[in-house]
Amino acid sequence: MNRDTSNINPLEHEAIYIFREVAAQFEKPVLLFSGGKDSITLVRLAQKAFYPAKIPFPLMHIDTGHNFPETIEFRDRLVAELGLELIVRNVQDSINEGKVKEESGKYASRNSLQTVTLLDAIEEFKFDACVGGARRDEEKARAKERIFSVRDDFGQWDEKNQRPELFDMLNGQIELGQNVRVFPISNWTELDVWSYIRKENIEIPSIYFSHTRATFLRDGLIWSADDDVVYREEDEVVEERLVRFRTVGDMSCTAAVLSEAGDIDTVVQEIRESTISERGARIDDKRSEAAMEKRKQQGYF
Amino acid sequence: MEVLKIATAGSVDDGKSTLIGRLLYDTKSLTSDQLEAIEKTSKMKGYDYLDFSLATDGLVAEREQGITIDVAHIYFSTKTKSYIIADTPGHVEYTRNMVTGASTSQAAIILIDARKGVIEQTNRHFFINNLLRVKEVVVAVNKMDLVDFSEDIYNSIKSDFESLMSKRDYKEQNITFIPVSALKGDNVVNRSESMTWYKGETLLEHLEAIENEDIYNVGTPRFPVQYVIRPKTDEFHDFRGYAGKVYGGELNVGDEIVALPSQIKSKIKDIYFHKEVYQTASRRSSVTITLEDDINVSRGDMLVKVEELPSTEKQFTATISWMDGRKFTSGNKYVIQHGVNKALAKVDTIHHKIHPDYSGIDSGVETLVMNDIASVTFKLNKPIFFDAFKDHRTNGSFILIDSQSNNTVGAGFIQ
Repeated sequence: MNRDTSNINPLEHEAIYIFREVAAQFEKPVLLFSGGKDSITLVRLAQKAFYPAKIPFPLMHIDTGHNFPETIEFRDRLVAELGLELIVRNVQDSINEGKVKEESGKYASRNSLQTVTLLDAIEEFKFDACVGGARRDEEKARAKERIFSVRDDFGQWDEKNQRPELFDMLNGQIELGQNVRVFPISNWTELDVWSYIRKENIEIPSIYFSHTRATFLRDGLIWSADDDVVYREEDEVVEERLVRFRTVGDMSCTAAVLSEAGDIDTVVQEIRESTISERGARIDDKRSEAAMEKRKQQGYF
Repeated sequence: MEVLKIATAGSVDDGKSTLIGRLLYDTKSLTSDQLEAIEKTSKMKGYDYLDFSLATDGLVAEREQGITIDVAHIYFSTKTKSYIIADTPGHVEYTRNMVTGASTSQAAIILIDARKGVIEQTNRHFFINNLLRVKEVVVAVNKMDLVDFSEDIYNSIKSDFESLMSKRDYKEQNITFIPVSALKGDNVVNRSESMTWYKGETLLEHLEAIENEDIYNVGTPRFPVQYVIRPKTDEFHDFRGYAGKVYGGELNVGDEIVALPSQIKSKIKDIYFHKEVYQTASRRSSVTITLEDDINVSRGDMLVKVEELPSTEKQFTATISWMDGRKFTSGNKYVIQHGVNKALAKVDTIHHKIHPDYSGIDSGVETLVMNDIASVTFKLNKPIFFDAFKDHRTNGSFILIDSQSNNTVGAGFIQ
């Protein structure tokens, strides 16, 4: 038997507390799962929160159709191994139904199109709480996000009218039709996530580690040229590079970084020494200073 | 890794965002793309220095007005600690944000503009951090570069502040004074060359030296049950675990406990954290507890040690901070959330309004408006299990929820 729990990771215990509040306060929660390291970390935390019972809610993936194939394979394996329920909803369906229009041109991305598919799925399943892996250290608008963040009927975020969150108390009272976005790892940094993955020995998709990939350069960023998803102009030269991904979003907006970090220890080391922020390689945030805030107001995760 | 949460308080233009930006910059916590954005924007605005406040002022409205309007969270870490700074705005009308920021923090930084000295706002910032029983307070006398780094001015501000300190309720609060220039970087992370008369720690040195054990208010152990875990699998057929977080003190296997409100006694059988079993559940840990006896315990109930019962009452008096645009009046009804427990509360009596600048109280008050602080008696539809806030920061606090809007409209500290 272990002596005591005093040597705890306060962030882990806070996240477990939040997960339990979700299960207790809501009727139909769902865990938004992208296959990225943050949502994989959430799955581990949820397992811990409810052990020896199973996670008492399903996972849902909003698939842009432009995900890295490694991520999808990983997702399906994880769900099968843990015996979890997975719901998948596709952005392609929203496009086919004419609800959203595919962007075109050099910077086309399906990233922001996800919002419509997500909101439709929330309505379809009547989810009242959507748990996500967003962190406040990622971006300035996210730094103002609450742990329980109320969204109206249209999925919108009213950043000026947020509920104050005092002490540990989370107020999940909502009206029918509203839902709450829940962020259990709000207070974690990128390094906290990686350190946790290392300590817990959590498996993550291979694209987080260094590998050789056909790539091209644009605006100082490295893009995957492995497939047809990322638009490439003829004069943008394809070259093999040793890279890894720091975030695993939609392929069309996630750039790679040059890296020789082939395992978790070297990745942690690299993050520790890095001088570029995680979202620095996300073109969706670079569109303007207020890009994230605008997307969030519209219901983006 | 230890985590220290810090609330900042200062008036408009006291340089709060600049101080935080300076902390980030001098601890090399700003990344090159963040720095690039700051340089670009500073240049665009025609500044001849780097405007670090741009690192924290996140929302569009804030950038337009050049002010901070909501609590923003900023993260950085050193080799010894992870820091979370709750950047709270300083205007009079945003008292509620300051109360919110202080409620989750163990330390606070109060900024004073050296040119202005202790002003009414400073009284408020101090009052709130004292009311919320924030253990560590740093008074950073900023903009020392604009008063020629004068020791006399610093000393006179310090003595003005010390006369405020005699009025405080929470005397055990540690208060430390540091003269800084956030803009120039003096005594924030690096020692000032212009203030050799100051022999104390720099701001970061001071924060680094704060011992975690000292800042968490210790009380008697309280275990509010968040969720009942019943796996109903073959392997764990009869398992009935109580999931929750331990507050105040620690709980041990074999401890005799009593479940509230049923008053039924039992003993702690096992303490689980995931698959591991433990002898002791320490403060602040989220564990799952099983009991020797099969008793009925549900969410909102509380497990406590038999010899350490909290108050169990349907009525209490509390200091409240009102945070909503709608008026607070005797007879109004609210949902009270006390930890993970809820009850209906009716406002019985508003005793008096408390001026949060130490200028006294107003008796005979009928209604409260946003940002008012007052002493109020509530009557509940069922008993809750509480301690006085001064004895137990967690079990002595609650929030008020408006059952029409569902918003959190106030916070209370039980007297």
